[in-house]
Amino acid sequence: MSEILVVAELAEGAVRKATHSAIQCARRIQQLVGGSFSILVLGGAGAKAAAGELTSFGAARILCCEDANLEHYLAERYAPVVAAAAQKFDVIVATASSYGKDLLPRVAARLDAAYASDCSDVISKGGQLSYKRPMFAGNAYGFCFLDTPKQVVGVRQSEFEAAQPSGGASPIEDLPLAAPGAAAQRIEFVSLDQVKSERPELAEARVVVSGGRALKDQFFQVIEPLANSLGAAIGASRAACDAGYAPGDFQVGQTGKVVAPELYVAIGISGAIQHIAGMKSSKTIVAINKDPEAPIFQIADYGLVADLFQAVPELVSALEARKKKS
Amino acid sequence: MKILVPIKRVADPDNANKVRIGSGGQKIDTGNLEWKLNPFDEYALEAALRLNEDGKAPKTRLGEVVVVTLGPKEVETNLRSALATGADRALRIETSDEQLDGHLVALALKKVVEEEKPDLILMGKQAVDGDSNQVGQILAELLDYPMATFAATIKADARGLEVSREVDGGVAVVRLGLPALITVDLRIVAPTSVYSAQTDRSFKYNEGVRFAPLPAIMAAKRKKLDVKALGDLVSDGKLRTRYTEFAPPPERKAGKKVSSVADLVSKLANEAKVI
Repeated sequence: MSEILVVAELAEGAVRKATHSAIQCARRIQQLVGGSFSILVLGGAGAKAAAGELTSFGAARILCCEDANLEHYLAERYAPVVAAAAQKFDVIVATASSYGKDLLPRVAARLDAAYASDCSDVISKGGQLSYKRPMFAGNAYGFCFLDTPKQVVGVRQSEFEAAQPSGGASPIEDLPLAAPGAAAQRIEFVSLDQVKSERPELAEARVVVSGGRALKDQFFQVIEPLANSLGAAIGASRAACDAGYAPGDFQVGQTGKVVAPELYVAIGISGAIQHIAGMKSSKTIVAINKDPEAPIFQIADYGLVADLFQAVPELVSALEARKKKS
Repeated sequence: MKILVPIKRVADPDNANKVRIGSGGQKIDTGNLEWKLNPFDEYALEAALRLNEDGKAPKTRLGEVVVVTLGPKEVETNLRSALATGADRALRIETSDEQLDGHLVALALKKVVEEEKPDLILMGKQAVDGDSNQVGQILAELLDYPMATFAATIKADARGLEVSREVDGGVAVVRLGLPALITVDLRIVAPTSVYSAQTDRSFKYNEGVRFAPLPAIMAAKRKKLDVKALGDLVSDGKLRTRYTEFAPPPERKAGKKVSSVADLVSKLANEAKVI
């Protein structure tokens, strides 16, 4: 039996979809070892309204800490609240987004708990939870036990499908702010610049179109029409990000975002190990590259050896023509 | 300012596909791989050196950079190369790689921080072997220090450090008072990513990390390298995270080449049924 606490993630007063993957993981743990799960929602003004979005997922309770001190996310202020809420729970789960990756290890340290980051699965071995984690750029999976009374778990969003509402109405309970430590006095939020986009988020998109260094400063000029045509999120190789052709948070790979969409289209990407680690779980992979020896072709379901500056516009026209016909 | 840079050696990440799972799936066999410094730790060292320079020629050194690692005697090779790159002093905590997990490393580093009293701890956001991304955050909490993870830029001024962080969907900027901890992301070694308070903001570094010139490699052999036993720093060496099994990733079937854009569109529509 485990009592599980899911830590929700908010953005601009709404629950991020990433949270639903953590709920899915909580449900799986519940199936494996029994018990129940609750959800913690914390943030500034509007947190309580956001908590209302999560009452139909089968949680025993929604704990909500709405406080002006939590207006802007800072681990130094959030970790004490999560750790205080976690006192009555055995397993603390959140999605391994940049938020979860930043916050969870601090929570674990505060609880004197072991931490398993970026888990792709959880199984039960002899009644004990064992967490499956990708390591070595996804070239091996490790299964680990966490040998502490409390366990803290980060969930890889691409490996846990978003939980669907299951009905019911979980009660919302207020949770008081927990006082932060000295750390909070030496950090100040300055700004959060988020690119406003109509596109789906990279980690959540059904289709991802990624570009490599070969695109040079025509990155957006070439990639955007194709992404528009497919309703896709845009990703990039590390080389394209490092060269400044695409912003850093577009990076797909071991050290960037890990995605597993229905369709992944790699444009001018050679397929370094680190990039492949971030997209090889995609259902269908398409690669367009003029180098027939590029390693990306070894994992692509459909490879087209062609000059991308000709092939991509041609592909956009073909897709648009198809749309008109249907 | 005094900066502590914890570093780790990892199995060559460019050959990570040569990682083999040992007999019975109980351990990872890295025997045929070369050891290298974790790339993010190289970036952290570069950022530490930039934060302690004034960007003038010749550069004036503004503070001490101390590198620390945990591991057997062989890891001194990596410490020496960090010393050749520009670190002033090194510390090795004697242990075997199998006796460690992230929490234990953080506990040991906490002791080092208490003894060394650095103004800043600068480290890689993750080691590319375990890919855990945890030691920095755990260490910051154990010390009750403020932190900025996934740092893309660090600008020092009289009031402290302004750090921009790469987060989902954009960039978050925080201001840190010292002492503090920063974990660095890839873009930290871009030409205009890191400035000390004394470096002119128009100064541009070379892209990437610096390389040690031959005289520095020779000089590094005479720099101070202390050794401590893990047991002297942490009394309870019990591991909390216990790996019992390893498995290879599922194989992807080799794909096929399509002859034209029309062929591709037709296969995506009729075979894969994704458009």
